[in-house]
Amino acid sequence: MTMRLTDEEKAMRDGAQGAAVAKAMDLLIRYGEALGAEDFVYTDNIAGVPGSSPKWIKDYYAEDGGDYRAVFSRFDLDSDEAVDVPRISGFACHLQGGMDPELWRDQGMSEEAFANFQADEREVAGHGIQVLKTCTPYLAGNMPVMGEHCAWMESSAVVLCNSVVGGRTNCEGRESTSSAMLAKRVPNWGFHRDEFRKGQHLIDVEVPVDSIFEWGLLGYFTGGAVEDAIPVLDGAIADPALIKHKHFGAAAASSGGVEMYHMAGITPEAPSVEAAFGGAARGERFTYGPKERQATYERLNSIGESRDVDYVMLGCPHYSADQLAEAARLLEGRTVHENSNLWIFTSRAVKATAEASGSADIIRKAGAKLMTDTCSAISQAVPPGTRVAAFDSAKQTHYLPAIMGIEGWFGTTQECIDAACTGRWNGRLN
Amino acid sequence: MATVDVRSPDVVIRGRKVVGGVTEGEALVTREAISGWGGVNALKGEIIETHHELRGQSFAGKILVFPGAKGSSGWSVAFHTSRLAGKAPIGLLFNVMTTKAALGAVVLRVPSMTDFDTDPLEAIETGDWVRIDADSESVFVWKGGRP
Repeated sequence: MTMRLTDEEKAMRDGAQGAAVAKAMDLLIRYGEALGAEDFVYTDNIAGVPGSSPKWIKDYYAEDGGDYRAVFSRFDLDSDEAVDVPRISGFACHLQGGMDPELWRDQGMSEEAFANFQADEREVAGHGIQVLKTCTPYLAGNMPVMGEHCAWMESSAVVLCNSVVGGRTNCEGRESTSSAMLAKRVPNWGFHRDEFRKGQHLIDVEVPVDSIFEWGLLGYFTGGAVEDAIPVLDGAIADPALIKHKHFGAAAASSGGVEMYHMAGITPEAPSVEAAFGGAARGERFTYGPKERQATYERLNSIGESRDVDYVMLGCPHYSADQLAEAARLLEGRTVHENSNLWIFTSRAVKATAEASGSADIIRKAGAKLMTDTCSAISQAVPPGTRVAAFDSAKQTHYLPAIMGIEGWFGTTQECIDAACTGRWNGRLN
Repeated sequence: MATVDVRSPDVVIRGRKVVGGVTEGEALVTREAISGWGGVNALKGEIIETHHELRGQSFAGKILVFPGAKGSSGWSVAFHTSRLAGKAPIGLLFNVMTTKAALGAVVLRVPSMTDFDTDPLEAIETGDWVRIDADSESVFVWKGGRP
């Protein structure tokens, strides 16, 4: 299918706004045609990982200069030649990065890797891109509004944008977001369109889901049940909060491919089950009862054998200010066990709040490390010798053990902090 | 594609072009959706997801037949990186269109199709020989391997 372009878009494709914009349009047109999109939507809220790359990717493009320009052109724009990349004029944000800007040595990064990180960040900033360096842009200065067309990467942020806020974004990738930063266009497909946003399957929630732990478990179950479809959840879901949606969505996006969900009476496009489906409930009907809850917990905990925990990782997705305050409350007066490590990840913006509020200090005094920008899965950085880790995030439990070849436990934040302070995992499903 | 067919294909499937071009090779089939970032080792061209039925298997040089993409938005980056590493699949056939799968196919630059008249997960098994002619929106399958 050939996409319908406006006169301005044709001119952009043909180079009227420079070579980089033309390359961006070429990628976006190939992508739109692959999707079967008819046209583009305008967007001025774009979150990606523009141009950042490890050294070996730069070296791969050595013939094109082996620098940020080469990577942005050849990799991000998937161009066959390197072109000059202009300063971005719209609202473009850089999501999570590869290391903490101060504690990178603790993460096992080399001087060379850090120098590369710094050089990339200077380029990002120099191109007019906001350095949020987080998977939670909505906690760090980019909260979209209902109906706003966005082009976001990061599955946990995408699902939150669509479901909790009513913003409109597909789960974009690096190449499409970097291109959209230049062209301010994304294919008018999927979640940009009303008809795509309706529920497809119903999930009856029969056990009380109230704490962040329970929301995370339900999310992991939901993704496994509906895969990449849009679920409508109805029943015993209580006490909604931004951080609970954050954990629910991150879990559902990793166990399945959920990019939008409805919770009847809770999320903005679901005043009722009927409204969420755009008519009568249809599709499959799943039940989340005690049996399903138990099975989900056991699935997440199927990759742990040893209860001697070397490493506790919190902050997936990046912790909010209230989660850091809760971690500080649980840690106050205690210390991390000599055989264990506790790393807590957040954004630079939220860390600034935690510094001002005192929670950062309490966390550090307990012997934990408060890190920004990245996480263990993204940076593939864990404390040396880690064999067994523990998480309060279903998403991180899903990813990190597979990536690092380690064992993992999933439990509550309290259980994780207890494990960090005792070196032993004593989690259980109550 | 200089192969001279010694026999006509056992199955012909029609679908929609995602990325144009013609390719042929051995099929690697899974009934489970594939995660990109965090689910594959791009440098080895290998599935690593903990519970995945293809865990430990390589898709390098294969025609990957799968229901669709799931997981991280780093799907395209993972497969794009496999292209840089020379460990990419040579064609994609998938049922469910998503932005992850579409963008991944685009940056892999390999012939890819979707929207089939016959479910490729039913018609194609691992080891079958498959030719994707995305330009004419056709898939040809020889059961049991190279004809």
